Parts: sequence; structure tokens; C-alpha cells
Amino acid sequence: MITDDQSAVVQFLDAEGGAVQNLPEWVNDQTTLIDYYQAMVTARLSDQKAVALQRTGKMGTYPSCLGQEAISLVCAALLRQDDVLIPYYRDLPGLLRRGIPLSDVLLYWGGDERGSASDAWGQDLPNCVPIATQAGHAAGIATAIRIRHEAGDPMRVALCALGDGATSKGDFAEALNLAGAWQLPVVYIINNNQWAISVPRAIQSGAPTLAQKGVAAGLPSFQVDGNDVIALHEVISVAIDRARQGKGATVIEAISYRLSDHTTADDASRYRNSNELQEAWQKEPVKRLRHFLHQRGLWDENKEQALKEQAERMIEKAVQTYLNTPLPTIADLFDYHYANTPDQLEEQKRDALNREELRQKMQHNEAVGGHQHD
Amino acid sequence: MTDKLTMVEAVNLALDHAMANDPDVVLLGEDIGVNGGVFRATAGLRDKYGLKRVMDTPLAETLIAGISVGMATQGIKPVAEIQFMGFIFPAMEQLICHAARMRNRTRGRLTCPLVVRAPYGGGIHAPEHHSESTEALFAHIPGLRVVIPSSPVRAYGLLRAAINEPDPVIFLEPKRIYRASKQVIKTDTLPLDTCFTLKTGHDITLVSWGASLRETLAAAKVLASHGISAEVIDVATIKPLDMATIVTSVKKTGRCVIVHEACRSFGVGAEIATGLMERAFTELRAPVVRVAGFDTTMPYYRMEDHYLPQVDDIVRASIKSLAW
Repeated sequence: MITDDQSAVVQFLDAEGGAVQNLPEWVNDQTTLIDYYQAMVTARLSDQKAVALQRTGKMGTYPSCLGQEAISLVCAALLRQDDVLIPYYRDLPGLLRRGIPLSDVLLYWGGDERGSASDAWGQDLPNCVPIATQAGHAAGIATAIRIRHEAGDPMRVALCALGDGATSKGDFAEALNLAGAWQLPVVYIINNNQWAISVPRAIQSGAPTLAQKGVAAGLPSFQVDGNDVIALHEVISVAIDRARQGKGATVIEAISYRLSDHTTADDASRYRNSNELQEAWQKEPVKRLRHFLHQRGLWDENKEQALKEQAERMIEKAVQTYLNTPLPTIADLFDYHYANTPDQLEEQKRDALNREELRQKMQHNEAVGGHQHD
Repeated sequence: MTDKLTMVEAVNLALDHAMANDPDVVLLGEDIGVNGGVFRATAGLRDKYGLKRVMDTPLAETLIAGISVGMATQGIKPVAEIQFMGFIFPAMEQLICHAARMRNRTRGRLTCPLVVRAPYGGGIHAPEHHSESTEALFAHIPGLRVVIPSSPVRAYGLLRAAINEPDPVIFLEPKRIYRASKQVIKTDTLPLDTCFTLKTGHDITLVSWGASLRETLAAAKVLASHGISAEVIDVATIKPLDMATIVTSVKKTGRCVIVHEACRSFGVGAEIATGLMERAFTELRAPVVRVAGFDTTMPYYRMEDHYLPQVDDIVRASIKSLAW
């Protein structure tokens, strides 16, 4: 736990997957770690496909989660279904683990509101683009949980993901302040990937750690190796349990590295030192866990091959679902702003529908006319 | 039926009844609990409904709006108080980027049934940043509703309706008339998409909202003493704007004066004037006139009466319109 500016990063596995301290007992049940590994590989392949779809003009701007798979995945894996995930926009692994289809995620980044609409989302919030604004939502959701909580029951938990950049914003400070004052059942997890687009961690804040911003709010705050699933599992479990028992909020700074550009619209080579990137690749979470599993005889090339084939099949199916999703209707533009749509908006909707009809007629006429001239 | 109540007492009663009626309604804001709000709009409610439902928040407007959005996605119906409208700006990102959009961006999976109440407008000799009228900033945003009562009865009925509404409502309370008059409250909700015709007339239509209706009604009286019959409309629901009622009136009178405290340009008055151009062009017998605040910063209070529309301004504008 962070009590002052002395950092003590929780870590169990080194970059080569070797144990740096005694491992917790749950690790002996291999299923959890194999599950984590499979989910991270699937997420990474999904993420690669999303980037490829953007590069080939089949999807819009996309923020890759490359290198951060462990943090997002373990958070989601440790939540109960009736807990609430408040993601930021680099949480593909967590969304998949929550049962949200990859096709939804592609649809969202493909410019379609319905990507955040399906029942699979439950009460989870959609991707949050305005930085750190979701910190307030998480505190509000946790407040709602507390308002409705019956004494003696375990609490539902809100888990909010943010980037390191978000810790510079007032929204973050205000939300943590409240979470401390009201002992809210919420966990804030900072994905410290070292970059707020082009601004490195060192010049984002003079605070030696980002976790200590939680200390200022009176919250237990931890730094954890964000590329180490065992460390993440340990620290996030404690935080979620604490919230579940009504003991209040926790702040976790999970230290990782953004191995990708900020988004597909960015070129990190303009501002990022390539040696630093190479070094970060040595520490990344998927390779680290693969080494660990290999060393324990729990994983081999055949399993790797089978996993990749299975993932590719799922991904291909999701891509087809995404690409085959018809456009929303013109009426959809108007129908979801109000439960009771005002007359003026209904009028604009009628105009838009009429315009569409007119355009289709004109296109039809042009097509017919075109034939005659051929 | 009640005793005669002021507008701020009517607000209090509406909150009380809404909370009694629906356990999901909660209040939050700065100084609203023990203190009962700086204008006493929430007086007594913490004792009646407890700490879980009447929440004194830290002094953080971004947070107040942010947690309201979060609570609303869970089906709670937050009624947040922003102490003065001049302090609402930190909350605007949450209201615009999240409250107004949540239904649309999740196709109705999540919604934001919340109300943000804020005392607004000038005329009480308050310090800097306490007297602005920025309703147009919110009226511009798809997904929001903007409501401004001008009497105790309408404050009660519109606030109850706003709390029942499944979408976010910005509820602006003209604090200059919080205690200006008393009315017996009929405990009915009022529609959130309808203007109120306060006085019928046939020579000219005077359109206003909020505290300016006091001067507008007084001007109508002056005009009446000169034999001019003015129709007075309280817009009340700024968004959605009920143009039909205004158009019907102007088609009858042929003339329209719009009165508002907010700065003159790019405001709700401009929207109403355009609506009249679109729908009553041939019936207009004179250009639509705006009597409004200047396009200046709201002056500190020593000069605020020189900024706020006064009765003689409205009378002169009406005479100009009639003389066209």
C-alpha cells in the first residue's frame, strides 16, 4: 500500500515469467491462469483485427489496448455479473470478458451507436471518450448501490477504469474525494501506460506515484505491476472484496506500457523513443504468462495453435456480423433522444424521412434514365 | 390544496411530494441537507427522508452532475441543486456529453432521468457570478429539456413533471421572484411542452419567461390603460419550445414583443422570432421586437437595473411595434 511517496509495486512474476516471491495458493489451481492466458491471447488477436479493419478502411479510428490486456481482463474477470464495469476506451479485453460480443465493440468503433446497446452490456457503461468523466459516473453508480443496499447483504461493486492521463483531471480528484468521504463501493483502476497521447508520465504530474492521489482522498492505494496477472488478481481481489464488504473504495495504479500508437490516427514514432518501446516489449503481459505456463508444463505449442485457431474463428464470425450489420434507419437518428419525443423533433424526423424518399426516387430515376442512354 | 405558498415554498413542496411518491427520488447538492439550501428550497427534507436520500455533497459541481448521471443509469432519479446558475459551468460537460446523450448512445439501454435545479437570473443584488441567465446554452443541446417557472403554481406543477420525466431536465428557478407572490397550490403536474397564456388580448403578443414576466405583465397593464389589449404568454418550457401557442397568438395580433433577461444575441428570443418568420410571416404586421439584456457581461448589482428589461422598455417596444 502507498502511504507516502515510497513506491512498493506489487509483483509476483518477473518479465521472464519467473516468480519473484512465493505465489498465492490460488495459482496452484491452473485453470484460472490458463483462462487468463486464453482470454488475453483472444483479446490481443481481436485488437489486431480491429486495427487491421481500420487500416483497410472497414472501421473508423480505434485505440488499441496492446500491452494492457492483463489489467482490463483481470478487472472484468473478478467482477460479478451484477457488478458494474465503467470502462474507458481501451478496455476491449474486459468488455469481452463481461460477455459483450466483439461485434458490438467493432460496431461502436465502426461508427454505430448500437455497439453499446445490446442486452449483453447489462448495466455496464459504454466506452467513455471524454477523459476521466466516467470517474464521476462510477461514484454515482456506487452511490446508487449504497442507497439501495440492505444492511447485512454484500454490496454490488462499481469498477472504473481510467488512463494515467485521466489522473490529471479534476473529475478524477472530485470522484476520489467523494469515494473517500462517502466510503463508496467503488474501485478505481488507473491503467498507467506511461502516455497521455504524446505526453509522457514524467511530465504529467510531479507526484512520484499516481496511486498516491488516492492517499490524498483517504483511500487505500496500491501500485501493481500491470503486466503481471497474478499481482493484478491479488490486488484487485482485495479491492473488490473491500468494496463488497462495505468498507469503501480503493485506488490501484497498474503500471504497464502502451505498445501501440494512441489510436490508429496517431504515429507514436514522432514522440516515443524506440529503445524504450523495445524494452517495454520485454515486459509485456502475454509473453510473461506464456513463459510461466510453459515453465510449469501447463502450455505448449499445440495448445497455442488450437487457441489461436479458435480465437480466429470467433473473430472472423464477429467481423462478419459487424460488416453485415445494416445501417441504422433514418428514424433511428431521432428516436432515442427522448422517451417522449417533442413535436419539433418529430417534425424534423418527418422531413428527413421525406428527403430520403425523394433521394431514393431521384436515384431510381437516374438509374432508369442512365439505361436509356447506354 | 395548500395554504398560500411562495415559489420557493412550492419548490420545497414539490420535492417533498415527489420523494414521498417515489422512493427512487433523491436530492443532492451543496448545503441542501442540514442547512436546507441557501434559499431554503430543501428545508426540512433531510429530517423527513434521511441522509441517504438528501445528500450534502462536497463543493464540486462537476461531481454533482457526474454522480447524478451515474445514479440515473441505475434507475435512481436524482434532483441535483446547483447553488447558483453562475456555478453550473463545471457541470456542463457532464450534462452535455453524458446526461443528454446517454439514451441515444445506448439506444435506450441506459437513461438519465435526472433534474438539475438552479436559481438563476438577476435582481437580488447578489455578488458577481450570481445573476446570469444562460438558459440558451442548455436549450441548444439535443437530449435536454429546459424549464423555467414564473409562479408558485407553475413551479410546483412543472417541477413534479420534470422529476417524473424519463430524461434530463434543467430546471431554472428565477430567484428574484422566489418570494414575490403567494398562491394556493393545486397539486397537479403541468405539461412540459406547453406555453401558458397568462392574459388574453388582441392587439399585440408579449412573450416572456421567468422573472421578466413581472415587468411584462406590468407593461400589459400600462398598455391597457392606453386602450391597447396585450396577450401575455409565459413560455415556461424553453425546450421543447411550444411555438404553436405563440404562433396562434401572433396570427391573431400580428405583432410580437419578446422579453428576456438573457443577453440579446443568439438567445431563445432569436429562436422564437425565427419560428414566427417561418410560420406566421404573412400574418406579421410589424417586425418582431426583442427587449433583452445587453450583449454585455451582467453588471455587478449597483447597475443591474440598467441591464434588466424594465416596464418602460417593454411599453416603448410595444408602441414601436404598434406604430409600424
